[in-house]
Amino acid sequence: MLKYILKRVLLMIPTLLSVAVLVFFLMRIVPGDIVELRFAGESAFAQKENLDKERARLGLDQPLWKQFVTWMWGLLRFDFGSSMWTGAPITEEIRLRFALSLQLAIMATVVAVVLAIPLGVLAALKQDTWVDYAVRIFSIAGLATPSFWLGIVFILLLLIVFKWLPPMVYTPFWVNPVQNLAQLIWPALAVGYRYSAVATRMTRSAMLEVLREDYIRTARAKGLWQKLILSRHALKNAMLPVLTVIALEFAFLMGGLVVTEQVFNLNGLGLLFVESVAHRDYTLTQALVLLVAFIFIIVNFFVDLTYAWLDPRIRLR
Amino acid sequence: MAVRPVEVVADVPEARRRSRWWAAVRDFCRRRPLGAIGAVVVALNIVVGLTANVISPYDPLATDYGAMLARPSMAHWLGTDAFGRDVLSRILYGSRTAMIVGFACAFVGATVGAVIGVASAYFAGKIDLLIQRVMDIFLAFPLIILALAVVSILGTGMTNVIMAITIPMIPRAALVTRSSALAIREMPYVDAARAAGFRHVRIIMRHMLPNVMAPYLIMLTAFLGQAILLEASLSFLGLGVSEPTAAWGLMLRGAAVQFAETAPWMAIFPGLAISLAVFAFNLFGDSLRDALDPRLRTL
Repeated sequence: MLKYILKRVLLMIPTLLSVAVLVFFLMRIVPGDIVELRFAGESAFAQKENLDKERARLGLDQPLWKQFVTWMWGLLRFDFGSSMWTGAPITEEIRLRFALSLQLAIMATVVAVVLAIPLGVLAALKQDTWVDYAVRIFSIAGLATPSFWLGIVFILLLLIVFKWLPPMVYTPFWVNPVQNLAQLIWPALAVGYRYSAVATRMTRSAMLEVLREDYIRTARAKGLWQKLILSRHALKNAMLPVLTVIALEFAFLMGGLVVTEQVFNLNGLGLLFVESVAHRDYTLTQALVLLVAFIFIIVNFFVDLTYAWLDPRIRLR
Repeated sequence: MAVRPVEVVADVPEARRRSRWWAAVRDFCRRRPLGAIGAVVVALNIVVGLTANVISPYDPLATDYGAMLARPSMAHWLGTDAFGRDVLSRILYGSRTAMIVGFACAFVGATVGAVIGVASAYFAGKIDLLIQRVMDIFLAFPLIILALAVVSILGTGMTNVIMAITIPMIPRAALVTRSSALAIREMPYVDAARAAGFRHVRIIMRHMLPNVMAPYLIMLTAFLGQAILLEASLSFLGLGVSEPTAAWGLMLRGAAVQFAETAPWMAIFPGLAISLAVFAFNLFGDSLRDALDPRLRTL
């Protein structure tokens, strides 16, 4: 087992490194740099020497390979540098947004799990009845509805029916939990519904597969309680693929909620992403891409680990 | 998986072949009513996209400052937007945009992905490992960043949006087809083709690719819906199709949110159009998946 873990951890390094190389050069292919963008607002004829001075200050006058080596050397010491746009340390910039994105991702996951598992099991047990059809239509509709639009509809309904608008300014949970939840529950519901659709379908098909296994028939033949068969024998075995889907979706939620954040006026990682690319803030964009890739890889790693732990055949390969 | 014996169709008369095909369609409708409904809505969407210029009551770009933010009425069935443009006409024309983006992305993404996936499985060993790692990198790379980069380099517009959406689809398609192709590589007919001295390209294209048709078709329908959704999201962010082109995501942007309280029709109907189109594609794709391969679970 230890050998397996070690191998997987070592495999992460080349992937992360390639992501780093890719984002480094991709950002520099994009036309326009931060200095041009910053001076563009001030006057159409910014002095060339001023531009050059600013570039030198940010280290953008160095040859590409030198910039890359400097950045890599920083990464090795966990020094991400500071944002080119605001000048604040990147860890500081990200920390504030990270808390919000994490909370939203967790809340959306809870919504999704609470919806998905009972519905999926129900649909599998009542396969090809109207219950099954209803659950399937509900979940396909979830996949089809853009969550940002669902967010707009929620806001509209609250406004028209209850004449109430959720708070639009973020308050951290530990400052005022009620205020915080009143704001975040709506995006969590909108995102969670969409996200539950994937998990519901997975639960249904995994349950259907497991229910046809021999050991379920044996358990039935033994005269075991239906409830016990479902919870102990069937659900437990069906949870593996469901867990995978939920975990990967969670990783995606951490950086991929750009549009929903926009609708609800939330300052999460997604919005920071768009801003940093728009500003050509190289250091911040690189750090963000690495962070999101890292979350994705680490979640993937844990999923594989759970698999290997539960299924010895995978480990031995 | 979808490994069928080679069908001998050459000596079946044309009429019988057609009736067999027709029977398959009828069987699909009877056994999977939800899928059939989806297929009808998809067909309707395509027809609307093709004939938008004939059936639209107004020019989608024509502004009418006398009727800004007009309520739904006999003149404007779904109301007008902040520039007095007819919402219904813009939704009908938006269907054209959505279908073009959807079909282009899904077709290119699934096809390129399938070729890479099959080739990866066929060559195996070091090449397979290398291709898999490259695909991993693209999978870990956030889609929105790729889209942002493509749009920043090439600018907004339909072709660039199609590229931005297609690129991240390729590794997903490659992953799925590779797993199906692994089993096909072990088939005797692939060995036979190799023994006969055929070139790699021929074995991959002629012998292996046709046998991953089932996962390919399933992926194609799934990607169609996803591409339409992504296009809507990108356009909503201002990174997709640019004004004044009629696109559903674009219609939800800016004024639609700003005037949501006084003119909710601007925010509601384009969203419904997106949901309905994607819903139909998913419904059809799901039933197709069940019909073609009940074991293939998800993408």
